[in-house]
This record gives sequence, C-alpha cells and structure tokens, in this order.
Amino acid sequence: MAMDEAQTLVTDAATRIFRDLGDPQTINLAGDDSWREPLWTALEEAGLTSAWVNDELGGAGAGIGSGFAVLRVAGEYAAALPLAETLLAGWLLEMGDIMLPGGAMSVAPMQRGDNITLAADGTLSGTARAVTFAAEVDHLAVLADGPDGPTVALVSVADCTCSEGRNMAGEAQNNVDFSGVTPLQSAPARAGIDAQALKLMGAAARSMQMAGALQTVLEIAVQYAEERVAFGRPIGKFQAVQHNLARLGEEAAAAIAIASSTAYTVETLEDWSNGGVFLEIASAKIRVGEAAGEGAAIGHQAFGAIGFTKEHILHRFVQRLWSWRDDFDNEAVWAVDLGRRVAAGGGEGLWHSLTAA
Amino acid sequence: MSVAIQFDPIRLPPEAEALRLEVREFLKEEMAAGTFDGTPDRRPNPEFSRKVGEKGWIGITWPKKYGGQERSFLERYVINEEFLIARAPTRKHFTADRQSGPVLMKYASEAIKQDILPRITRGEVSFCIGMSEPDSGSDLFAAKTKAERTDDGWLINGRKLWTSLAHESDYMIGLFRTSAPTQENRRHGLSQFLVDMSLPGISTQPVLHPNGNHEFNEVIFDNALLPHDYLMGEADMAWKQATSELAYERSGSERFLETGQVLFELVDFIGQNPDTREAEGLGRLVAQLHTLRRMSISVAGMLHAGKEPVLEASVVKDLGTVWEQALPSIARDLAAFVDRDQGNRMHFEEILAHNITIAPKLTIQGGTTEVLRGIVARGLGLR
Repeated sequence: MAMDEAQTLVTDAATRIFRDLGDPQTINLAGDDSWREPLWTALEEAGLTSAWVNDELGGAGAGIGSGFAVLRVAGEYAAALPLAETLLAGWLLEMGDIMLPGGAMSVAPMQRGDNITLAADGTLSGTARAVTFAAEVDHLAVLADGPDGPTVALVSVADCTCSEGRNMAGEAQNNVDFSGVTPLQSAPARAGIDAQALKLMGAAARSMQMAGALQTVLEIAVQYAEERVAFGRPIGKFQAVQHNLARLGEEAAAAIAIASSTAYTVETLEDWSNGGVFLEIASAKIRVGEAAGEGAAIGHQAFGAIGFTKEHILHRFVQRLWSWRDDFDNEAVWAVDLGRRVAAGGGEGLWHSLTAA
Repeated sequence: MSVAIQFDPIRLPPEAEALRLEVREFLKEEMAAGTFDGTPDRRPNPEFSRKVGEKGWIGITWPKKYGGQERSFLERYVINEEFLIARAPTRKHFTADRQSGPVLMKYASEAIKQDILPRITRGEVSFCIGMSEPDSGSDLFAAKTKAERTDDGWLINGRKLWTSLAHESDYMIGLFRTSAPTQENRRHGLSQFLVDMSLPGISTQPVLHPNGNHEFNEVIFDNALLPHDYLMGEADMAWKQATSELAYERSGSERFLETGQVLFELVDFIGQNPDTREAEGLGRLVAQLHTLRRMSISVAGMLHAGKEPVLEASVVKDLGTVWEQALPSIARDLAAFVDRDQGNRMHFEEILAHNITIAPKLTIQGGTTEVLRGIVARGLGLR
C-alpha cells in the first residue's frame, strides 16, 4: 500500500512547481506578492487545484490520494495559497454535483458550532468564523442545513460580508456573514455528506499539510545543525542537540505516519459516519497538532536567534503549523469528542474500535 | 529528501483479521477454563504455552519442517497484540518466538535447528538473552565475558547481568568476547552463542525488582563448555548480525502496550459520562495510542516485505516506551475526581500501583531512551 504510481507522479509534478515558483527563501525575500500569480497559475494548469473534482464537473479527477499528495508537498513548502481550501471546496461542490466555477475558493464552515442555514426562500443565514482566505477568493463552497437536509451551496464572496482578519501566518482569515445571501447554485448533498463529514475532510487535509511542514522543519534544522559551528564543532555533534533533533524527527515521523494513514482511510472509505473514520481522523488532528507544537518549539531551539527573525524562513513553517492546528477545530476539541465516544464504548469497546479501524 | 523516515500506510490483511477472531475466542475459552486469569501475574504458564503451541501460534512464520506454519509476519503481529491486551501468560515462549528462534533459523546448524525449533513451536522450551554485564549495559561492545576456543568446545568464563528470566530458561542466546576489539573497529570481537543453561559451570543468582519480583538475574559462567557448533554465525562478527533482530525487537506492540491495561481500566473507571477534562485526557491518550499502533503496523509491513527498518523501529520504541511509561501517571491524574466510593476503585488502584511500579524499567530494557535517540540522530545524518 505504498504510494501508487499516480500519486508519485502528482508528488513529482507538485514538487517541481513549488521548487521553481514557490521556494520559501525566494518568497521570504520577495517582500511583495509577485510570486503568487505564476505559482497559482502553474498549479491550476497542472490540474493540482482541482484534483478532488472529476472531469465532468470541470476538475482534474486525480483522485483522493493524489490530492493528499499535493497537500503534503504544499506543506513542505509552507505554501501561502488557498490550495487546500480550493481542493476542499471542489470536493464539497462535487458532493452536490455542482460544476467548478474556476479560480481560487474557500470552504465553510470551518469551526465547531458554526451553522449555516438555507431557508425555503433560497436565502442563507448564519456566520462562519475564521474561514481562511475567504476575503481573497471569488467563491465559497458552503455546507448548509437546507429544507431537505444537508445542502451544498456555491456562493459568491462579493455577496457576503467578510470581517477583517489574519491568522498567525498573516493569511486572510475572515468571519463570513451569509445573512440574506442567495447562492449562485445549491443542491442537496450526496447521502452521508454533512457538516461532520466536511469537518473530517478538512481536518484530514490540515493534518497532511502540517505533516509536510514538519518534514521541512526537520530537514532544515538538521542541515543547520550540520553547518553551524559553535564551541569548535558543528552543533549537531553535541549530544544534547542530537537528542533534541531526534525528538523532532520522531514527532515528524508520527505526524507523517498518521496523516498518511488518514489519507488512505479517506481514499478507501465508504461511509463518513463510520466510527473508524472518526477515530482515524480525530487521532490525526490531535496527534499531528501535538507534533506541530512540539516540533515548532524544537525547530526554534535548534536555530537559536537566527530562526527568530523575519529574515529566516523558519517562521513561514512554524506560523502555519500554529495556525493550521486551529482550523477545522483544534486538538483539544477533537480530543473531547473522541474521549466522549471512547467513554461511551467502554474499555473493551476501545480495543475493538482500535483494531477495527 | 535528505531525511528518509518512512511510514507507509499499512493495513492488516483479511487473513490476519480472521485470525484475530480465532485468537480472541481461544483466549476467552482458556480464561473460562481457568488456564489464566488476566492478572499481572508474570509467572511462566507451561500449560498455556503448550496450548498456544498446539494452535500453531508459536513460530507461526517459520518453515513447516521446523514446526512453523509459514504464515505471515502480520498474522504474528495480531497474535502478539491480542495476547498482550488479554495479559496472556506468554512468558515461557515469548522470547524464543520473537527473537531467539529467528537467530537459530539464520545461524544454527541443521541438527540444532531440527532439535530445538520444533520444541519452541510446541511451547516446550524457553530462551533468555544474555547481553548486559556488570560493566556493559547500553554499551554492548564493552562486553567482557569470554568464549575461548578449545579442542573440546568453547570455554565460557564471566558474568552476565540483568538477564531477564534466566532462572527459568532452558537456553540463552549470549554475546561473548572471542577476540579483542581492533584499533579500527571497537565493535569487532564479539560473537553470538547458543547456551544450554543446564550445562555444568552455569549458575544464576536472582536480582530482585524494587517490589520483590524476580525477573532479572546474574548468570555466572565458570568454565562452562559449549559444543563447537553452538557458535551462531561468524566468530567476532556479532555486530553485523544483530541489526535485523533489533527491528523485530523494538517495533512490536509490547513496546507501547506493556501498561496498556491502565488505559482500558481507566475508561471503565471514569464511566460513560466523563467531564470535559476526563474526556480530553482520554481522547489524547487514544489518539496517541492509535498513532503508535499505525506506526508499529507500518514497521511490521516493512519487515514483512523483507526490509530492515532499524531507524523506524527505534522511533517506535522511543515514542512507545515513553508513552507507556507516562500512561499510569496520566491515568492517575485523570482519575482524581472520580467518586471515591465507586466500587471498582480498589481494583483500579491496584492496577495503577502495579503499573506505576514497573514503569521506570520500560525506557531502559531493550535499548535505553538515550541509545534510541542516538540511533535516530544517526539516521538523520547527525553522527
């Protein structure tokens, strides 16, 4: 069950594009947004922004596994683009059999307790908090409670009221008020697709981005420890530094393992309400979120003062790790939900769910 | 990528899951029949081991001609984890099944294989591992116990220490010095041997755990004479032979489920309506355990595919043993507000006490935290 050939091709294509047009060092030095359009255009033309939408609906139809492969690479380059958001929005639109409008999108809701309703008169109500990139894209894919159950709606951002706001990485993150907005299109969601399914899919996507970012934090920290000389030798020769970086490697390994496992679960799932799917994705968001916190701290410790500057690229990864932890609910929220389910199932039930997942 | 840590998503195949149901059924029956009771009783249970042997579940991956079933490593994985969860008394056959049998398979003469391997699969013989010495623990290559080649066989003199279960083992796989280390390679000069513990000149002394449990021993070799063909593999070259063995030894469920009972008991003790704090604590523990299990199965998949994931196995053991060591203390915190009069408190506290007591050894045995992080650092290219 290693990465299949299609996923390897997609990984290679995405890596090439990011290496050429999305290098973190180049972007960090640029000081403006001139890098943004060429990078987005290349990703779009390669079909990587619509990997999760089939070709009848205007997507690239690359499949679930390939989409996750793109997200891992995006994480490895700390991509400051609504790539995950556009992939997720495309996935949700397909769940309503709605044609892709083209261009960058985001998806709502992203936070626990945010409910958006579609009334019988065809208008929306409700607010979605902390929607990443909302104010900077043309369209939002929305999962709303409609008169006949969960409904997928395609909304023009121009019709909504977006608050000002930035996440810790300085990316747009807006509260979106949908009151009185009439969607461009809406349709009942496919059976089994509801707000919980969207949250699970979003959490799986963020977990994979974080795993990719942790992989790079590990790589640049190890490289720095090999090059930086202090007390007469490379700091990577000191056992204290080695053990810190080993811990970082272990956290990155845990994140990569559970995020990849989760991608496989989503790729092969038949039913979003399956308890095993919840266990898998909740575990990923919790464990990768924990690894993000620990990994960011060790990464900074390894770089010392130089890592704590705007000039160095480390912050591009760390600030995204910190932000992504909170999207589609943070690890504490997922842990409470998972813990309640575990308690309801009892001790023996827990072992049975772990082995059945 | 300069850093090659690989954990592909692996799922246990259908035949392994079918076997799981069979194993659960067997354990339920044996528990009902009184063969074992699931308490943390660590005495060997020859009757249980014999019955497991009858099932064909010891040496299940080995060739049929040596008593094995030629089934997959992933099926062995399932048997191992179900036995651990049920706290089945596998003490008599565990070490032989996990690592001593495979050593014999690789290095022993045909006569020894024919003699010992089928007896292992029947659950009749037990093995211990003779590595550490008074002046050689984590630093294995400092071992001094000597094996001298004579016309009559290998003459062994010296002492092994911290040898788990030596007092109840029929055989040992021991690491002895056959020549001095060289200038270029301090790992040179050690050899692996099969030791028949009943031979004259071999005696054991108990070294008790703080709670009085007898698991560790000192093993004294006083002119013990081993047959020539008890040398396993090449003389002086043990350092080259041990690597794949370590991956088996370090990545299994026993590296994170040793105190696992605490979690399952905690779930029942907290009950069906946890408060927010208890729910969050449980959720985090379960997410961490699920991740460890995914990683462990991923390594099992690599072993199954014939790879030697030594780095990945060390990652699993470090994360796993640190987790299982912390588990009893975390459970103690999470249980703090559960009604003190609750009927099962006594039961829960006994289990907690037992596991808090054994926790310190978990990050020492089979490779300390410090050694493992050194291996991971080397894997990252830092050493």
